[in-house]
Amino acid sequence: MTQVATSPHSYAAQFARFTQQTTLPDALASLRDDAFSCFDRLGFPTTRLEEWRFTNVAPIAETPFVAPPTGIDYTRADLDALHLTRLGGPELVFVNGTFAPALSTTDGVPAGVRIRSLATVLAHEDAAAVAVHLGRLARIESHAFTALNTAFLCDGAVVEVASGVVVDTPIHLLFVTRSGAEPVLSQPRVLVVAGANSQVRVVESHAGDGETPYLNNTVTEISVGDYAVVDYYTLVREAAAGFRIGSLHAALGRSSNFSSHIITLGGAIVRNEARLVFAGEGGECTLNGLYLAKERQLVDNQTTIDHAQPHCDSHELYKGILGGRSRAVFNGKIIVRLDAQKTNAKQSNKTLLLSEDAQITTKPQLEIFANDVKCTHGATVGQLDQDALFYLRSRGLSRDQARQLLTHAFASDLLGHIKVEAIRTQLDALLLEWLPVGG
Amino acid sequence: MLVVRNLHAKVGNRQILNGIDLTVNAGEVHAIMGPNGSGKSTLAGVLAGRDEFVVTAGSVTFKGQDLLALEPEERAREGLFLAFQYPVEIPGVNNAYLLKAALNEVRKHRGEPVLDAIDFLTLARERMKLLGIDDSLMDRPVNAGFSGGEKKRNEIFQMAVLEPSLAILDETDSGLDIDALKTVAAGVNAMRSPDRAMVVVTHYQRLLNYIVPDFVHVLSDGRIVKSGGKELALELEEKGYGWIESAPAAASSEAPPQTVESV
Repeated sequence: MTQVATSPHSYAAQFARFTQQTTLPDALASLRDDAFSCFDRLGFPTTRLEEWRFTNVAPIAETPFVAPPTGIDYTRADLDALHLTRLGGPELVFVNGTFAPALSTTDGVPAGVRIRSLATVLAHEDAAAVAVHLGRLARIESHAFTALNTAFLCDGAVVEVASGVVVDTPIHLLFVTRSGAEPVLSQPRVLVVAGANSQVRVVESHAGDGETPYLNNTVTEISVGDYAVVDYYTLVREAAAGFRIGSLHAALGRSSNFSSHIITLGGAIVRNEARLVFAGEGGECTLNGLYLAKERQLVDNQTTIDHAQPHCDSHELYKGILGGRSRAVFNGKIIVRLDAQKTNAKQSNKTLLLSEDAQITTKPQLEIFANDVKCTHGATVGQLDQDALFYLRSRGLSRDQARQLLTHAFASDLLGHIKVEAIRTQLDALLLEWLPVGG
Repeated sequence: MLVVRNLHAKVGNRQILNGIDLTVNAGEVHAIMGPNGSGKSTLAGVLAGRDEFVVTAGSVTFKGQDLLALEPEERAREGLFLAFQYPVEIPGVNNAYLLKAALNEVRKHRGEPVLDAIDFLTLARERMKLLGIDDSLMDRPVNAGFSGGEKKRNEIFQMAVLEPSLAILDETDSGLDIDALKTVAAGVNAMRSPDRAMVVVTHYQRLLNYIVPDFVHVLSDGRIVKSGGKELALELEEKGYGWIESAPAAASSEAPPQTVESV
């Protein structure tokens, strides 16, 4: 019985129903069909695949997720109870992947910026113009979760910034997931198109509640125009029973600057993929991540930076703090193509283990085909410095206070890179209270 | 204030302290001198509660309490302060933040209200002025990238803010040039008071020109082999430690008369 319910065929039935209920522009309808074929062919990944070797998604594959019921009663109070950072600017809220206008605000959206739900865009006459960006970076052929998200493409966020426009206030996209009686599958899609010479800052927050598992399977595609500056934040605070598979894809135009910060604080299994490609010369990217896990959580960060063009710089720093019996995986791939001379790529992964049973698997993967490049990578795994602990305690701080302070200190350089003050302040506080007492 | 009786301690399998007896009363400054490896820093570490030092015999009473039963933070809150020989660099922890947190723990323990940021800064600035310390030290990470002199000054600054009743200075003079030494000594002297005791651990007599002790003890092979007044330090400077090490351990009977312990 379980076997039938969890095989891709059960998603086939859902897909058949879904295609009857929703209409898409032709180009997207065929993408959707192709995507489902891919998912059907691939199936959920197993640990036999190199890219999933250390991340067993059997708990996801074995859960019979269903499309979220429509008209779920989700209130402002429910949202407030999640204590998410509020940024005071435009904020689009999505409940189980569906846009919730009543909870959202688009006040203060400057001229030259359009922030819409994908469902709205698809119903609009310019759907085709937007559609060209969908699936351009997030390839369905080899990634089951991306294929699944694309097959059920219907809602999410679309942010468009016209050329030359500088947006001061961060744009907040908030995705909350909550299962009803049955575990739901929320599959929002995010598309950000930043025109040439524009500047924008976007924050994606993912959170959930309830005891029933859910899967938040998100795909984000970002097109960074020539000379544009995009500063992107992904805050993952899924419920203890929640699963998240998220991928972020960005293509960087000539002399553009893109930075991504992916911060994971919660979720049973969380996988964050970030795939960046330099599509023009002279680009610069910062790819940072912070992952905190305790109990039996599993956090997997997979990054790829594709130096396809010369004279580009990438700086990558991922730091993790693991307690309890948690596990983390970091895989950082850097590709330097034959023509990508004068590449400067720096990668670092540092993990702090707070317990004997926590585990990190870290793997730098450099594929360098050009000969005039600077590439460095390093990975460290360590524990709290006993001398520093004693020093702090000898000043009157309790063992727990000292551990909190040192743990916070470990993450402080990453926090220092966060340019949205509200996020930095909240993370400062969350880090201090997150630390598992005594372990 | 502090009564050490027959204290034995080891690190790993190595016995380092072999029966220390020491009584320190409020208002007194004791200097502990001795050659390298005599157990000076081990004694300081045992008193502060370093867990790699295992006490194998003896007792330590601090303000009437069994000091050895207390956690390091409880000792600190009770008013014991160790100025480290090698202050630990802690990148990412702000000096002012640590000090405010530490002071408030001490104040809570004493039943005093905690200080808010403004009151704390006022107090900290006043102490920095008293010690002649540059207040840029406050905004930097704890000891990270500090010069040797800055580290030692920072220890004395922490002491001045926390106002301990017993301060143990572990080789605070080592590695300091004469100007830094004078600053540190002036800070320590400014903290001398009738209700505060100090134990100054040092290898060289030089520091004692600036911090004049009431008593000098010579440690050798984990025992106090000779005690005397400040003139003992000068004698050591002149003759070196050789004559002490060859002297019989019974010399410790020359310990100065101890006054009744005040709590």
